Amino acid sequence: MNRREFLKTSGLVFAIAAAGDTLRLISAAEAASASQINAWVRIAPDGTVTILSPGAEMGQGSMTSLPLIVADEMDADWSKVKIEFAPAEADVYGYVFQNQKAMAIVGSRAVMYYFNDLRTAGAQVRKVLLANAAQKWHADVTTLRTEPGFVVDGNGRKLSYGEIATFAKVPSPLPAVDKSELKGKDQYRYIGKAMPRRDIPEKVNGKARYAMDVQLPGMVYATARHAPVHGATPESWNDAKVKAMKGVLGTVRLPDGVAIIANTLPDALAARQGLAVKWSHSIADGYDSEATLEQTYAKVHADPAAKTQQIEAKGEPKAAFSGAAKTYTAEFRSDYGYHAQMEPLNAVARFNAAGDHVEVWEGTQDPASSRSAIANALGFKEEQVTLHQCYMGGGFGRRSLGDYSAEAARIAKEVRKPVKLVWTREEDMRYGMFRPQAFQCLQAAVDSAGKVTGWTHCVVGDGGVLLQTGIRIPYYQVPNQYIEARGTSHGIRLKHWRSVGHVFNVFAIESFVDQMAAEAGIDPIKFRIENMNATPRTRAVLEKVAAMSDWQAPRPQGRALGLSLSDRSGSQGAGVAEVSVDRASGKIRVHKTWLAVDGGLVAQPEMARANIESGILHGLSAVLHERVTIKGGEVQQSNFHDYHLLRMADIPEVIEVAFVDRDAAPSGLGEIGNPWIAAAVANAVYKLTGKRLTHMPFTPERVKQTLTA
Amino acid sequence: MVAFNLNGKAVSAQAEESTPLLWVLRDELKLTGTKFGCGAAHCGACTVHVNGKAVRSCVTPIGAVKGATVTTIEGLSPTGDHPLQKAWVAEQVPQCGYCQSGQIMKAAELLAANPKPSRDEIVAHMNGNICRCGTYHRIIGAIQRAAKEV
Repeated sequence: MNRREFLKTSGLVFAIAAAGDTLRLISAAEAASASQINAWVRIAPDGTVTILSPGAEMGQGSMTSLPLIVADEMDADWSKVKIEFAPAEADVYGYVFQNQKAMAIVGSRAVMYYFNDLRTAGAQVRKVLLANAAQKWHADVTTLRTEPGFVVDGNGRKLSYGEIATFAKVPSPLPAVDKSELKGKDQYRYIGKAMPRRDIPEKVNGKARYAMDVQLPGMVYATARHAPVHGATPESWNDAKVKAMKGVLGTVRLPDGVAIIANTLPDALAARQGLAVKWSHSIADGYDSEATLEQTYAKVHADPAAKTQQIEAKGEPKAAFSGAAKTYTAEFRSDYGYHAQMEPLNAVARFNAAGDHVEVWEGTQDPASSRSAIANALGFKEEQVTLHQCYMGGGFGRRSLGDYSAEAARIAKEVRKPVKLVWTREEDMRYGMFRPQAFQCLQAAVDSAGKVTGWTHCVVGDGGVLLQTGIRIPYYQVPNQYIEARGTSHGIRLKHWRSVGHVFNVFAIESFVDQMAAEAGIDPIKFRIENMNATPRTRAVLEKVAAMSDWQAPRPQGRALGLSLSDRSGSQGAGVAEVSVDRASGKIRVHKTWLAVDGGLVAQPEMARANIESGILHGLSAVLHERVTIKGGEVQQSNFHDYHLLRMADIPEVIEVAFVDRDAAPSGLGEIGNPWIAAAVANAVYKLTGKRLTHMPFTPERVKQTLTA
Repeated sequence: MVAFNLNGKAVSAQAEESTPLLWVLRDELKLTGTKFGCGAAHCGACTVHVNGKAVRSCVTPIGAVKGATVTTIEGLSPTGDHPLQKAWVAEQVPQCGYCQSGQIMKAAELLAANPKPSRDEIVAHMNGNICRCGTYHRIIGAIQRAAKEV
């Protein structure tokens, strides 16, 4: 929308300021430049309220939950609210994270970071509507109130928001809203209530549009083959042969692969089979992930000269260990993990006739980063790139770079036609960006009273910060701590994976704590509260999950409970799993799970519950099945026949999630579901068998090996 | 050219007979509700009905549906209110939603043959369809809800 169109829009429009470190609504008159006139809220004369959502939608509900916050404070009639995706402009629509504006929907940040700004914006809109109604009625504004979609006076006289929009003026600047003017918890109409997600109806009839579904006139298709050894580049390929194949329109050299363009996708896919590429050398040549995890990492851990990065240092850990009544040590390992979002990576790109502007359709967790990745790939300015956000068929951390969008744009530039780029599943998996494999060593010192007073934790692997989330233990008040990471580098592509390092770090921490509790003969909950000195907030979720799972009650023959807890994105969770294990096959079965969550104020409890259930099953999939291995530098798995995901027959019959009622700001909930489950399962297996599973995933072969060792 | 009945209408596809039905539906006939997930019959995202039977369209050559009746998610119900679709909304099943067309088509096959399936029967029938978001328990709930209605 340009400025002229914007000012001509009928009804009432609230723009948003591009400057400042919070979202700030401004009036149309105040919106001086084109970049400022993105309408955040539009009220049409027929009462339709259009609210932009900066929340990328990958199934977690953000595109609904963020506009609901605005709608609640402005007292909009939700049935008249339309939602549109916000443009890819972080300066305008972003939240502030580490002093930068970002639109990335990662780390369960959407509601947590947008909550206050969106409430303020909604309250400002309401204030403007009230003031205009007061002027129209020559009434004292303090005698007026709002109902969804209406301003109402003391006599019950009503003006709809649509009517007000026909005459209202938006003052410049907009009225300020003090925190005290925001709704109290008991005044919310939508926040905290069970609101259905807006994207669901079109996800049951085939109408929901993913980038994969975008069709443009004259569009051609592309697929790509990337380096089988990560980091290699194409040196040459059988170009003439490929170009002679049916339907092939051309090939494009990519920095890390070769793209094939054809009239139809089946033609492109067939030509991909015939493509033979000579690849350059890479530092990942010959890499063997299993040997590295089994042997190399332990050596790095034992090497006094290894480069270390300190993550936490508290008190006097050395003194705690030298004066300890008892010490413990344990080691854990976990394999690489693949995102396996159901929609293989894809994007659609189209240039204008002059070749100086590109439109890209992508489902992205971070539209602003995608836009800049595309601009960088083309040598364009960001203004030369329009990004059309689409639904994502899963994200899980993979889709925040815009790499495949940039690839589509490069291809479209060469072929001079609109192009849909589709990666095969095999490409998506073998050229994946993985959750790193990791080795962990933990040590604890226990004093004569049985209290854990010293704690060290070392994680070894590749991936920098990807190794480090979830390694701190702020939920336990252990006075002396030393936590470090020892980085190596293998040249394998790595990326955030739902809850990142929490997956393996929490597995190690909570298995280790359980080991100490078992050796001390103390109930695991009691041990965490008393011997690990859990914080009051942690104690509350532990007590809640104990009640939910009827922790002390006997279980059916052959089943046992395992307990674990974690934090993530400001939330805290404690979970219990009821587990059995078939000793002959090594197959673990999780029958029931209970999870108590403290997420502060839960803006949309039903959406959050679904998201947390998803996290539990996602976590369980990683615990029981998921495993990427690399041999001779090449990823060994290629599709769902050899990279196993949790299927329906694997799920627990009971998956119970409950929220602890705590009066605090919202914290992230999309990733509190998965970190705890690994240790809970391992701890239950220990109760059943006396053996500790220390290597994730717990595949049947590994379980059998552990049980017979 | 392959002629068949698609969602109640006679259609003909220009693609070669070896072309997977999935791409003909999506790219030639512009029905994009049927999804590409793995291309190798491992995940079920591409499930459609051929003569009432659920098949993986990614490995079904178009030549194999000559003269057949093909139903996709778009044709499951003319108004989009098949009991399963209503149950899917009521149970708030979809998350990313990408696998759900295939899940619903697979479930429709079950209910057509077995209007009151047990939980075990549901699991056995649906186990080949992957949902990465882990909505499996809600899928079971939605099938049970729809079974009460039909």
